[in-house]
Amino acid sequence: MTTMIDPPKADGFRISQLLYDTRYRAITIQVIAVIAFVMIAVFLLVNVNRNLASLGKEIDFGFLSNPSNYDIQQVLVDYSSQSSNLRAAYVGLLNTLFVAFLGCILATLIGVTAGVLRLSKNWLVAKIMTVYVETFRNIPVVIWIIATMAVLSEALPQPRAFRGENPDASMWLWDSVAVTGRGTYIPRPEWGAGSVFVVITFLLSLVAIWAFGRWSKRRFEATGQILPNVWIKLAIFAVPTLLVFFILGRPIALVSPALKGFNFQGGIQLSNSFLALWLALSVYTGSFIAEIVRSGILAISKGQSEAAFALGMRPSRTMNLVILPQALRVIIPPLISQFLNLTKNSSLALAVGYQDLRATLGGTTMNNTGRELECMLLMMMIYLVVSLLISSGMNVYNKSMKLKER
Amino acid sequence: MKKSVFMGTLAAAGLVATGAMAQDAGSSTLAAVKDHGALKCGVNPGTPGFAAPDASGVWKGFDVDLCRAVAAAIFGDPEKVEYTPLTSAVRFTALSSGEVDMLARNTTWTFSRDVDLKAEFTGVNYYDGQGFMIPKDLGVSSAKELEGATVCIETGTTTELNLADYFRTNGMDYEPVPVESFTEAQNQFLAGACDVYTTDASALAASRASFENPSDYVVLPEIISKEPLGPLVRHGDSEWGDVVRWTLNAMVSAEELGVTSANAAEMAAGTDNPEINRLLGVEGELGAMLGLPNDWAFNVITMVGNYGETFEANIGESTPVGLARGLNALWTEGGLIYSPPFR
Repeated sequence: MTTMIDPPKADGFRISQLLYDTRYRAITIQVIAVIAFVMIAVFLLVNVNRNLASLGKEIDFGFLSNPSNYDIQQVLVDYSSQSSNLRAAYVGLLNTLFVAFLGCILATLIGVTAGVLRLSKNWLVAKIMTVYVETFRNIPVVIWIIATMAVLSEALPQPRAFRGENPDASMWLWDSVAVTGRGTYIPRPEWGAGSVFVVITFLLSLVAIWAFGRWSKRRFEATGQILPNVWIKLAIFAVPTLLVFFILGRPIALVSPALKGFNFQGGIQLSNSFLALWLALSVYTGSFIAEIVRSGILAISKGQSEAAFALGMRPSRTMNLVILPQALRVIIPPLISQFLNLTKNSSLALAVGYQDLRATLGGTTMNNTGRELECMLLMMMIYLVVSLLISSGMNVYNKSMKLKER
Repeated sequence: MKKSVFMGTLAAAGLVATGAMAQDAGSSTLAAVKDHGALKCGVNPGTPGFAAPDASGVWKGFDVDLCRAVAAAIFGDPEKVEYTPLTSAVRFTALSSGEVDMLARNTTWTFSRDVDLKAEFTGVNYYDGQGFMIPKDLGVSSAKELEGATVCIETGTTTELNLADYFRTNGMDYEPVPVESFTEAQNQFLAGACDVYTTDASALAASRASFENPSDYVVLPEIISKEPLGPLVRHGDSEWGDVVRWTLNAMVSAEELGVTSANAAEMAAGTDNPEINRLLGVEGELGAMLGLPNDWAFNVITMVGNYGETFEANIGESTPVGLARGLNALWTEGGLIYSPPFR
């Protein structure tokens, strides 16, 4: 009688085993996948090289050291049209980081407020926040950017409206702030002799606030008594700095902008392109953050707040001491990706003429030098590095907030 | 073992891929255009007189007529053009990537664009220079008085570079407001977001003509640069460059020889002037040398018109743009427009 199943041959290896034998199949599939991937990559690279060679445009980064020959509106470091293209890209990168940093702060403020208020028991407030979230996150951000810019430049008075005997427009806050269709001009601090001491005092008082916070917490844990923390911190914040400021004879003066020639001069200019980009990005991203905050709060079981109420805590304290610290663990990971989104969305700046990295390196420089591939590769690399830095920084914060398992 | 399998795979894949080389992209543009059945032409997204869609969406203008002329030379039909509106910042990329076959988009012929950007300029159809426009009530009469002004400027143009040079060499400060397109520049300028709008003088005139109150704005007398504007094609296909170059030359020669869209048919019956005969394909095989039908120039002139006719119809003094011929008159009339002979 023959056996029902042939015993596998111990010796010999047949080609068909690569496909039918589970011991080898996994390796076969991976080998095929790697071959396909490498082939596509080599195909693309070879193709790019050949096409560039046939155009006579070999990859060359030499253009970075040539003069850029163009001017940039908002310059945070020293720059002129004689500076190199690399310098122009650096100025653009700083502009990107500047708007992204301020955007993340404002978006978080807006988002947390809107997210908490959307859960408010007040029907009107909750509905207003729902309308805000739904309108802003469902319309593309570039439209918000352009719309904000249009409102700012069309609705606000131009500098020439401030001129003459009976001007059509006037400055705000005792003639120190000018809000115009070209930008908002705010007073610029002028650092006189001795201003260093004021700054040092200010920094020291910040350290003091931190130290006081720790001390007051320990005291609270030991005795159970709560000090009026906010008022004491406010006093430490303001009083020593102001004292030093007046004792030294007011070394820091504020220079208000004044209409001179075509424009306001002397103050700090926040151009409308920056304001439009900053506000639109913040309000747009804020609507997403609001939803993240709301979901984080709702993720905390109702028992927590009921327990807090049963202990006699007021709603604001319940929120600050019980709900939010737990909700943060849910909120922070998706918040990181919103920060990354905001940073990357800032590359829409060119729509309103804000010269960020995309507008300098990936715009004018690329167009003037014709080095598309080089500029694009550099730009991708820079955005990648910036994004990775932001997310690793936020991950450190996330770790410190995570539930500590001991 | 795992590692050796991986390395072996890599090596094999590399070998196979090098064998399966990419195809060459650089084939004949003229053949590709004929295959495609239409000319892909990159134009300005909207400069009145030079290139702009009219009320019914048909592209009209001086630069557009050049696209139509090339289409007429190839297909005998000026309507066989696919227009791609391009901002100044993306035009060269669009050309070098093959998205368009030619650019007729008031582009300044410069050394670095010709040599470094790998574009081939095939002639000059408008001699221009950069000027400044300001609202009249600013009371400025010279560009030298623009210290501290806010200037609207299209990014990625030669005017952006000229502006930086002009203010630097004159020791003046200014604040650039970069904008992406001609239309946006106009909006910003009219909203007062900038004091000055600077671009080629022809475009300033075109823009001023489209304003509600043109007399409230003045163009300053200074012309700070040379801006020879012309059509361009990709580097590396001289045959295609010849087609575009000689289409423009045919339009210029036609004006010089007195051939117009009205009398071309009559002249094609044969004239005493051998150059007209060669131009219109009555004598010689000039068309065949270009790889075109022998009546290519005849088609261009009857269907689109000669240089002077397209100038007058789109940007001449009878149009809202109202440009005088000036530098763009024929060389015989004191201008710079000149064509090499058809011989």
